[in-house]
Amino acid sequence: MSSLTPDQSIAEQIASGAIAGGGVGDSSLADASLNDDPSVRPPLVLNNRSFHEVTEIISGYAENRPGKWWLPLFLISSSLAGVCGLMILYLVTTGVGVWGLNNQVDWAWDITNFVFWIGIGHAGTLISAILCLFKQKWRTAVNRSAEAMTIFAVICAGMFPGIHVGRIWAIWYVFPIPNYNYIWPNFRSPLLWDVFAVSTYATVSLLFWYMGMIPDLAMLRDRADKRLRLNADGPRFCPFFRLRADTVRAYAYGFLSLGWRFSSRHWHRYEKAYLVLAGISTPLVLSVHSIVSFDFATSILPGWHTTIFPPYFVAGAVFGGFAMVLLLLIPARELFPNMKDFVTMRHVENMAKILLLTGSMVGFAYTMEFFIAWYGGNEFELYAFKNRALGPYWWAYWTMISCNVLSPQLFWVKKFRQSIPVVLFVAMAVTTGMWFERFVIIVTSLHRAFLPGEWGMFFPTPVDILTFVGSCGIFLTLFLLFLRFLPVFAVAELKAVMPQADPHGHDEQGGD
Amino acid sequence: MALSDYLPFLPASDSGYVTPEGESVFGIMAEFETTPQAYKACEHVRDAGYTKWDLHTPFPIHGIEDAMGMKSTILPRIAAIGAFAGVGIALVGQYWITAIDFPFVVQGKDYWAWQPLVPITFELGVLLCAFTSLFGMLALNGLPRWHHPLFKKDRFLDVSDDRFVICIEATDKNFDPAKTKALLEEAGGKHIDLVEA
Repeated sequence: MSSLTPDQSIAEQIASGAIAGGGVGDSSLADASLNDDPSVRPPLVLNNRSFHEVTEIISGYAENRPGKWWLPLFLISSSLAGVCGLMILYLVTTGVGVWGLNNQVDWAWDITNFVFWIGIGHAGTLISAILCLFKQKWRTAVNRSAEAMTIFAVICAGMFPGIHVGRIWAIWYVFPIPNYNYIWPNFRSPLLWDVFAVSTYATVSLLFWYMGMIPDLAMLRDRADKRLRLNADGPRFCPFFRLRADTVRAYAYGFLSLGWRFSSRHWHRYEKAYLVLAGISTPLVLSVHSIVSFDFATSILPGWHTTIFPPYFVAGAVFGGFAMVLLLLIPARELFPNMKDFVTMRHVENMAKILLLTGSMVGFAYTMEFFIAWYGGNEFELYAFKNRALGPYWWAYWTMISCNVLSPQLFWVKKFRQSIPVVLFVAMAVTTGMWFERFVIIVTSLHRAFLPGEWGMFFPTPVDILTFVGSCGIFLTLFLLFLRFLPVFAVAELKAVMPQADPHGHDEQGGD
Repeated sequence: MALSDYLPFLPASDSGYVTPEGESVFGIMAEFETTPQAYKACEHVRDAGYTKWDLHTPFPIHGIEDAMGMKSTILPRIAAIGAFAGVGIALVGQYWITAIDFPFVVQGKDYWAWQPLVPITFELGVLLCAFTSLFGMLALNGLPRWHHPLFKKDRFLDVSDDRFVICIEATDKNFDPAKTKALLEEAGGKHIDLVEA
């Protein structure tokens, strides 16, 4: 045993049936991925799957009809997305007065929602880029869905700054387009930096996601093509036409996969490109939320004007993003057959640990803000923070503290990290808490300005509420479509981390 | 990569070999079932001196570059050019707008202050680097190319599932239908077959 690397020893144990899913070998574990024996590297794919089984299971998600839950869920979420569309139409045709904004609180739910969604979008790139550079192999099972989630969250985020300007037809002024009024955007404004940061982030995430999908789309293409060649007849695309569903698949997936033919010479450049993208996305993901925080930090408003904002926002974004990944993947692994073999309890536990880490970082930032407000000796700053905790929005502040700081502390206990209901509960709490964090930062700082005569309150209107709920509908609709039609896992990457992928593996004598 | 691969009306370079049915030969393919077998077969083909050949695998095999005798790609350098181009465009564009075309004092800062330009310069560098690495990768790979002689083989479609296919092209200077076939057999290849161009 000692001459074997952990990968080889796990391969032998899988081959001999000593390790499998469902806790065989050690019945006290929820699944074999939780094995903590240091001589054994816990398997990344459970139940001793072959490459073919992995292909079949994951392609099945995109090829077979999903369970009965899919259509009702899709109808509900797409109706909500429709409601969002109607609310935006109402806003654009009437004016931003349909929201609860007023002279004093002129940023509220719109920017809260923007920061909330863009923060959620950080987990995907973190998983695909930073965990890739750190060679964290477990990322392969969650990176595709997390990247998809990132893009959908950025779509929801991008909507809000677009519509909050009021005159949406003038939004093109943010781009440096020559015009006869000689109006250029102000390159010294963090709001303009934000435009560039968010649009770059959206584009790079999309490129990263798409590039990762090219081989898996080619796999779906080949499977459809094979069925077309071997079977004379098959399911129709639509009852009235002779067009087969597989013909549509072969053309659609075939077009998108760009003629990928799994060549090793191509793979070599592909992996290099992936590494370059991971390398540049790592500072990118850290820069985006830093720049979002500049929107606040470069102002002179008490409660916003702090240097701790960039790291604090980035930690919060990763925190909220991982909570959302858990919220989406935990139900998905229950609903899709065999998904638990790929998204194992080890994945859930690792993400719970990240929640604990980033939650504690966020908690530290909250404490530090208070400390500096007192230690800095600025009475306006101190007032802003006292007002946060004890003023009229005290309930929002304490919701934030209990959800973001207290609830993840449960994860110090291993039993809670490995319990699906607890993880789901904390993930929900964190998602709620992170929305409240942005609300607290934005609204409590604005509603008490320097002159008491300007003090006011913000109350959301039904349009505010429905626009936010609708944006959740857009997010969920896009995610459900992704689950239905695209490769949900990075199949090629998943196969590459399986023990059988080792070119010097156990099933051949010799090697080196 | 030849121009005729992309423009089908141009005459393709002919290997001179024909199948028993009289079709021009693109190459010979052989199948392997496991990663170690494919890896060793690659070393075998490499040592026999072939250069125009390829291994098709469902996932990137770690270290296959050595087994195939591949040179490292210039892609990172292309991506670096993209990154510097983005940085340059951003700096020139921002300075031209804020300091030359319409100089305007904002927040009491100097026209030529570089600090406020950092975020957009960084973002544009990242953006162009991402574009060049993806599109550079596709261009170096000769993609998109939606047709290829190998796609006509039914068995080749299993590569995306769990098969490993080596294909030696007929235009390789060492290619000889009988000898190449013998080499692939010796390397442990199964279902060895001529690929029609």
